[in-house]
Amino acid sequence: MNERMPQDGPESLAGERVHLRIESLGKRFGDTWAVREVSLDIGEREIFALLGSSGCGKSTLLRMIAGLETPSCGRILLDGEDLAAVPAHRRPTNMMFQSYALFPHMTVAGNVAFGLRQLRPRMARAAIAARVDEMLELVQMRAYAGRRPHALSGGQQQRVALARSLAREPRLLLLDEPLAALDKRIRQQTQFELVGLIRRVGVTCILVTHDQEEAMTMADRIGILSEGGLVQVGTPGEIYERPNCRFSASFIGETNLFHGRIEGDRLVGGEFPQPIRFVATVALQQGGEAWLSLRPECVRVHHRAAGDACVPERPDDNAAPAEVAEIAYLGGRSIYHLRLPGGGSMIASVPAAHWGEAAPPARGEPVRVSWPAPDGVLLLR
Amino acid sequence: MKARPASAQGHGRFWVGLLPWVWMLFFFVLPFALIVNVSLSTPDLAVPPYVSPFAGAAVDGAPAFRPDPASYARLGGELAALGTLAADRPYLAAYANSLLLAALTTLCCLVLGYPFAYRLARAPEAMRNLLLMLVMLPFWTSFLLRVYAWMGLLDSSETGLINQVLLGLGLVAEPLPLLYNTGAVLVGMVYSYLPFMVLPLYANLVKLDQRLPEAARDLGARPATVFLRITLPLSSRGIVAGSMLVFIPAVGEFVIPDLLGGGSVMTIGRSIWDDFGPNQDWPMAAAVAVLMVAMLIAPIVLLQRHGRGAGRGE
Repeated sequence: MNERMPQDGPESLAGERVHLRIESLGKRFGDTWAVREVSLDIGEREIFALLGSSGCGKSTLLRMIAGLETPSCGRILLDGEDLAAVPAHRRPTNMMFQSYALFPHMTVAGNVAFGLRQLRPRMARAAIAARVDEMLELVQMRAYAGRRPHALSGGQQQRVALARSLAREPRLLLLDEPLAALDKRIRQQTQFELVGLIRRVGVTCILVTHDQEEAMTMADRIGILSEGGLVQVGTPGEIYERPNCRFSASFIGETNLFHGRIEGDRLVGGEFPQPIRFVATVALQQGGEAWLSLRPECVRVHHRAAGDACVPERPDDNAAPAEVAEIAYLGGRSIYHLRLPGGGSMIASVPAAHWGEAAPPARGEPVRVSWPAPDGVLLLR
Repeated sequence: MKARPASAQGHGRFWVGLLPWVWMLFFFVLPFALIVNVSLSTPDLAVPPYVSPFAGAAVDGAPAFRPDPASYARLGGELAALGTLAADRPYLAAYANSLLLAALTTLCCLVLGYPFAYRLARAPEAMRNLLLMLVMLPFWTSFLLRVYAWMGLLDSSETGLINQVLLGLGLVAEPLPLLYNTGAVLVGMVYSYLPFMVLPLYANLVKLDQRLPEAARDLGARPATVFLRITLPLSSRGIVAGSMLVFIPAVGEFVIPDLLGGGSVMTIGRSIWDDFGPNQDWPMAAAVAVLMVAMLIAPIVLLQRHGRGAGRGE
């Protein structure tokens, strides 16, 4: 894949040292591959999100890194050391499990101390107590040290689970759906808290999530997984602005996808009533199948007077007549669902300020849509 | 017809709720009261072979209550003579044997049953019902038949199946004395009671969140530590329930020690049988039974406590 880092030299990822290297990792259950041929480099102190819908293999990938599953093929290298022969309980990784898996028969302090008690050579009692205190202080749960997990709220359990997984100072922190068990209300605030804590501790972190907002909020880079394979790796901005396939384009944010054939610098034969002008970044095969992804906020919507031929204002703009089908008013902006001549449809996100003094078009009104060709992203798969 | 839903439902609930209490009254409280009454009677050569404490002449028109504490006095006497040497204490010995046998049976069932239940609970879901069925399979034949089958297996002569095999393989020169000893009794007891240990343990272990042992492993615990610190404590309720289900009936077990022990192992069950039967001392037999029930109440109360208290939150 094109996002693979060069094999030589530890320098990559914008100067960060490669911390975790995954090479052609695969896992087969029976005759189905849960994870196939995943290769990935993760830099020191990076927060990396594995994003995908349920069953895409993201949790299996995480569990292989933790040592809870044995890979069917490939290698996992942490600071250059192959982890294959290292059993789960000797790996310098710690995981925060989905719904936390706190030990119900131990207190909060007992949960945090558990990992410390397993360290060899043994840690002194006083040192363990001090470390537990420090960790609980870090997540602001010291007042709850004597409580049992079932007497805590979801958010408190999450913080205890984090303290427990950080107590052993792992070289790699693994988070499995860290916030899925929380109410939507407190989730966003918790996302920032969690990122703040991880950065403060300075640990490299891989998190698994199905929630694209969570991935975009928390991660430095995102790897999108589909059917066990990595589809695209990049910063949230890169993936949003330059998706490399239809799956990435529609998984991260909303998008308009127009299908068609390549003819010169146009995409023809799609749902869009005109040939679509695009800007090619790679060599293209004439007549080949392709898709154009266009983010809703790139679409411009204008009032259309009777007789407007919808000719593009500039030579590399795309334009077409349309009709407003539905409007979702969201305050600062509105989402316009537009009907295109010929049965197609598209959505546009229009800021309220766009209309200035004029009244925004109402449902059923004719409009003109347009966008500059460079705003569309041509996808070949 | 217009029904009275609320009150009709209330009545229904009342009667259904009453059923277990009625059952307990007729099949536990009343029989137990009768046994207590017999235990306080005087032995007699008649039918029935005792004189009830209520049988004496009425005083002032009301029946007088004149209990005969002789049976309890004998039990107390044996207890009092505990420190002395070489005293004859047949009842105390029977209690001690029964409790020891029940405790050993429980321990063996736990040690054997735990891996059983653990494997069952970790088996693929589709397999579990089949495996559970296999655990219960012995119940499909008569209990007595199974004990007799053990007699055939353990027989101490050349005809015993195990001895035949051992002799045939040349492992032993003479048949081993396998039957009519404590070992044979223990084998029969463990065999018979094992399912009562496996089933509650299974029910508990199958509910155990698999991520908990995984989390422990991830936090650096070796497999043995994971078992001792996580799996075992979290299955304590199942262990207690299974142990009670085995221990309580095992204390009063009569058939297995009698058939496989051949009278070599004196148990409470055997002593009650002897006193009700050949010895014709019903009050003594009843007193032994009453004391046994009193002794078993203690572990039941403990079980109740454990169920309510520790081990909360699965």
